[in-house]
Amino acid sequence: MELETLAKLNAARQARKAAVVATDLSGGPVRLILEGEPVPGPLGQEVAKAFRSGKAAMAEVDGRSLFLNVHLPPPRIVVIGAVHISQALARLAPVAGYDLTIIDPRTAFATEERFDGVELIADWPEDVLRERPLDAYTALAAVTHDPKIDDFALSEALRVGCFYVGALGSRKTHAKRVERLKEMGRTDEEIGRIAAPIGLDIAAASPAEIALATLAQVVQAFRRRDLVTDG
Amino acid sequence: MTASEILDPLLTAQTWREDGRQVAIATVVETWGSAPRPSGSHLVIDGEGNFEGSVSGGCVEGAVITEALDVITSGVPKMLEFGVADETAWRVGLSCGGKIRVYVERLA
Repeated sequence: MELETLAKLNAARQARKAAVVATDLSGGPVRLILEGEPVPGPLGQEVAKAFRSGKAAMAEVDGRSLFLNVHLPPPRIVVIGAVHISQALARLAPVAGYDLTIIDPRTAFATEERFDGVELIADWPEDVLRERPLDAYTALAAVTHDPKIDDFALSEALRVGCFYVGALGSRKTHAKRVERLKEMGRTDEEIGRIAAPIGLDIAAASPAEIALATLAQVVQAFRRRDLVTDG
Repeated sequence: MTASEILDPLLTAQTWREDGRQVAIATVVETWGSAPRPSGSHLVIDGEGNFEGSVSGGCVEGAVITEALDVITSGVPKMLEFGVADETAWRVGLSCGGKIRVYVERLA
């Protein structure tokens, strides 16, 4: 591979753009293909398949043996609420390779002292998510309990198809939330995707344990996410 | 650097090369059985044997690094195969019972 190709690939990855690298294993050239770039012929079909499955694979094209490596944007976590659980989640997420951003308009919660070294935005989700939209490679965890802060972000996460959407709160709290999200135009199917109560059932009791259970659930959702298959 | 970038072998490879170091990229291109790292995983190696990333659970990295130094010198890519049944002297096996093919190329 040429350094120039690698630099372009890394730039695409950092801009959260999906890319395929096609390597001719007979020692031939290495080609970088960005998502959406038209590729004609049999190679195009193989590349489309690779983008859809997200899995690297060998392919025989025109008698040549190619390796197609797929680079999908790294999953990240957006947390609504600068609460105790978020403090623990902010420490755990990087270990599992997830970048994490916390959004909370309540400046009493969103302080640098409580979230040293964490990307923290003390503003309303409505405003932040307009500038920095959620996407299919983002997990959203809403943990404020406050409809004024959580609801918009939850609705938006369901609308754009975040691979994970979790919300903190008891079943009773969640039942009321479901009604509000319906009023906001979300379908039953979309709302059914919300993980509530949040986190895998590991009998988590402390904020740190709830954070761990949530992170485990995010990993599970990412690894088991529905991939569009051929036909 | 963000969390996901710290252990990113491809970013490391770019930085190393831009710093003038010789670099090889090893990629898992095929796996059979219970291979420890999936197809597409990278190990990057510099001319002095420094490395970042992985192509197995630590079982064959040593052998890949040795081959990578050859690739860096010659510029000719190599396809390596590792598996339990393989008893060739310099090759090491995968204790998990899987089999992998690793493509090693120089970063030009």
